[in-house]
Amino acid sequence: MSATKPLTNPVPRSLFLLLLAAALWAGPLQAAPDIQQWQTKNGARVLFIVAPELPMVDVRVVFDAGSARDEERPGRALLTNALLEEGAGAGEAHLDADAIAERLDALGAEFSTNSMRDMAVVSLRTLTQPELLAPALDTMALVLTAPSFPEEALERERRRVLVALKRQQQSPEEIANKAFYAALYGTHPYAIPPMGTEASVAALTREELLAHYRRYYVGRNAVVGIVGAVNRSQAEAIAEQVVGGLPAGERAPVLPEVDALPEAMRSHISHPSSQTHILLGQPGVRRGDPDYFPLYVGNHVLGGSGLVSRVSAEVREKRGLAYSAYSYFSPMNRKGPFILGLQTRNESAPEALGVLQETLARFVADGPTAEELAAAQKNITGGFALNIDSNRDKVEYLAMIGFYDLPLDYLETFPAKVQAVTVSQVKETFQRRVAPERMATVTVGMSAEDR
Amino acid sequence: MKTRLTISRFLLTAFLFPLFASAQVHEHTLGNGLKVIVKEDHRAPVVVSQVWYKVGASYEYEGITGISHLLEHMMFKGTEKRPSGEFSRIIAEHGGRENAFTSRDYTAYYQQLEASRLPISFELEADRMRNLQLREEEFEKELKVVMEERRLRTEDKPSSLTHEQFMATAFHVSPYKSPVIGWMGDLESMTLSDLEGWYKTWYAPNNATLVVVGNVEPAEVFALADKHFGKLPTSQIPPLKPRREPPQRGERRVTVKVPAELPVLMMGYKAPVLRTAEAEWKPYALEVLASILDGGDSARLSRELVRGRQIAASAGAGYDLYARQDTLLSLSGVPAPGHTMKELEQALRQQVARLREELVSATELARIKAQVTAAKVYERDSVFYQAMQIGTLETVGLDWREAERYPERVNAVTAEQVRQVARECLTDERLTVAVLEPLPIEKGAQPVSEGVSHVRH
Repeated sequence: MSATKPLTNPVPRSLFLLLLAAALWAGPLQAAPDIQQWQTKNGARVLFIVAPELPMVDVRVVFDAGSARDEERPGRALLTNALLEEGAGAGEAHLDADAIAERLDALGAEFSTNSMRDMAVVSLRTLTQPELLAPALDTMALVLTAPSFPEEALERERRRVLVALKRQQQSPEEIANKAFYAALYGTHPYAIPPMGTEASVAALTREELLAHYRRYYVGRNAVVGIVGAVNRSQAEAIAEQVVGGLPAGERAPVLPEVDALPEAMRSHISHPSSQTHILLGQPGVRRGDPDYFPLYVGNHVLGGSGLVSRVSAEVREKRGLAYSAYSYFSPMNRKGPFILGLQTRNESAPEALGVLQETLARFVADGPTAEELAAAQKNITGGFALNIDSNRDKVEYLAMIGFYDLPLDYLETFPAKVQAVTVSQVKETFQRRVAPERMATVTVGMSAEDR
Repeated sequence: MKTRLTISRFLLTAFLFPLFASAQVHEHTLGNGLKVIVKEDHRAPVVVSQVWYKVGASYEYEGITGISHLLEHMMFKGTEKRPSGEFSRIIAEHGGRENAFTSRDYTAYYQQLEASRLPISFELEADRMRNLQLREEEFEKELKVVMEERRLRTEDKPSSLTHEQFMATAFHVSPYKSPVIGWMGDLESMTLSDLEGWYKTWYAPNNATLVVVGNVEPAEVFALADKHFGKLPTSQIPPLKPRREPPQRGERRVTVKVPAELPVLMMGYKAPVLRTAEAEWKPYALEVLASILDGGDSARLSRELVRGRQIAASAGAGYDLYARQDTLLSLSGVPAPGHTMKELEQALRQQVARLREELVSATELARIKAQVTAAKVYERDSVFYQAMQIGTLETVGLDWREAERYPERVNAVTAEQVRQVARECLTDERLTVAVLEPLPIEKGAQPVSEGVSHVRH
């Protein structure tokens, strides 16, 4: 039989003994890391984990300044974020893009910026030797607090975004993704493509970027995550140094609620690819949502756990229709998407879509079996240590916990909350929150009519 | 003089980073030839276990390209003891993550687990090392999956298609001419008995390396490895034909025309690697050369072509000194709007000419040294990466210690040496150029939207 069958076969005897041995062998389990929290003078929330093992530190600063704040100017948040490292400082002390890059590279520091729908991110990784740490932090602070948005750099980066938009237009995956968000979110800010459109990017002005920066890159709208070989007072100094120079400002206003889809929506975009990309979904869940755990654990059974999940079993393992077939909830500030997806050769698209719909409908109607739920819980809790085994993981969690106002014991209580989910809870929650008859369906490829 | 310099550099490094000394690596070879390498990392209660086989796309010959990768997929389809899918299910139940990857020079399987669950991984991996059951029904389905993977990764990606043609043009004899996933025609004619032969030939303890990194005690891991893998029989591993690429006698060009929005330029110069170079410093000098061009935002391609002259929307350079056979030092780019592919090619050629003519600056070398030193610390944040590094080196026939020596080797490279390898390798005779010329994307039907009343099930 194929991988779809739940674990009903008896565990081989030798393996059973092994499990026993493993249980006895288990050393002390490391508790979730201790998170310290405070505020900078200008109101930025700081979260910190001491990690003394390696002589390095990660600093991740996130602002509520992603494309959900673009308003009528799609692409504004992304371009604002990208321009931070293109010039900073004033007068004699001004550094252009070359000088900033040269400084950071010469220290062996890794610096990056990124802007998504909710978050705008600026992050730094550096060694903690004082002669490397201090100038790296100086440069990060300068870029964060005194970007100069040079006209020449704006024009260049604008052209590069236009090229990136063209790259999206030749990718069926990206085309589908954009159409999917547009279908799900309608007039909600989450419908705005983070990279903008050709027309909107062409029209952006320096003043608009500057206004975006001044409004959203402020203390009260910032969260700083720090993980590394520094102590509390050093971490306090780091936070003050990198964001302390920003005005306190105000938090970004609350985003509007996301409406449920009123009815099923179907859209097909013709593209000369050998595969059809299929996305199926609807607005799902927000971070901190009380239904989050039943939905998360339930989806692990449905399509969230690789080859052993139902979607993958039905689409890939049983029928060989796709290389990748999955489902997931992407929790955001407001309801992020619930997505089921796959890619299959154009000829099998109708069959694969049917399998995907059927698998979802059956799961929503019947819920998981007790065996499936138990297996999912074991997978999530048994592997939880893997989620936080590196400084990189930890600093990302810190930024997320701070940004979405999750409780500080989020990591500590995570396994217990997963374990507490029941079959009837999953079934009840999916039936209340997921409506298989009202999904948005996007296909990109060559349909029978296109060919 | 030279020796003293190397030693003093080494001591300096050791002094600055005493933590390096704590990264304990232990190795042990079982009676049947399975090499076991264990690196302790006690930062978190986790472990990664990887089984590396000395087989990959570069072991394949014409007609069966893609067979190593397809076999990797079939390795999840059950053994005499365990039905298909059981492997993944057991690992999942133990909170594990698992997968596998196939490259030109290796095929590797891994599990990431809470450290006490390591025995599960060994039990399952040992079983499928010798007892895989290849069944026709599973094969037919998985072949379809791999074809979908090829469509996803290559057929529908203009730059991947171009890269495939680029490699096939650059290499005529070396197995690096074929894609890891295989040509579609070869996949179509693959048979179960092809796979059976491939499995029997290469999957044996004496053709594998077991790498374990994490919160473990080496002696316990060795004992556990012996318990599970120790009794597996060895195989006679056939010697590999060298299939050395003959010298190229002039520039080669290939044009790829596919529906796309963006043109792409790829340029590759034949280059030796650590295993093949007649002097050990040369691959490290090539490594530095690649980094001069593309080692960060301050490197030459970003600074001069993307920002300075703004000819490129993006540009990069790449080189893999750990490849098993001679490879390419490659440059690539996408022209900025308003600039032609010709201008971009000229600009990249000018960069190459400059490397042949001028010495790189002390500032640039110092930058690379700082980056390499830092990267050596950063990489220890990932147990997976540490295991990857050990596995890669061992599997291509290098010593894993080579990775530990990497910073000092790079730091020892001089500006003269960079110029020397540029003069030797970056010549038109060794050059292959691939150009993606976009065909218009037929827009066909515009997006259509409609309300659908109900989905039947």
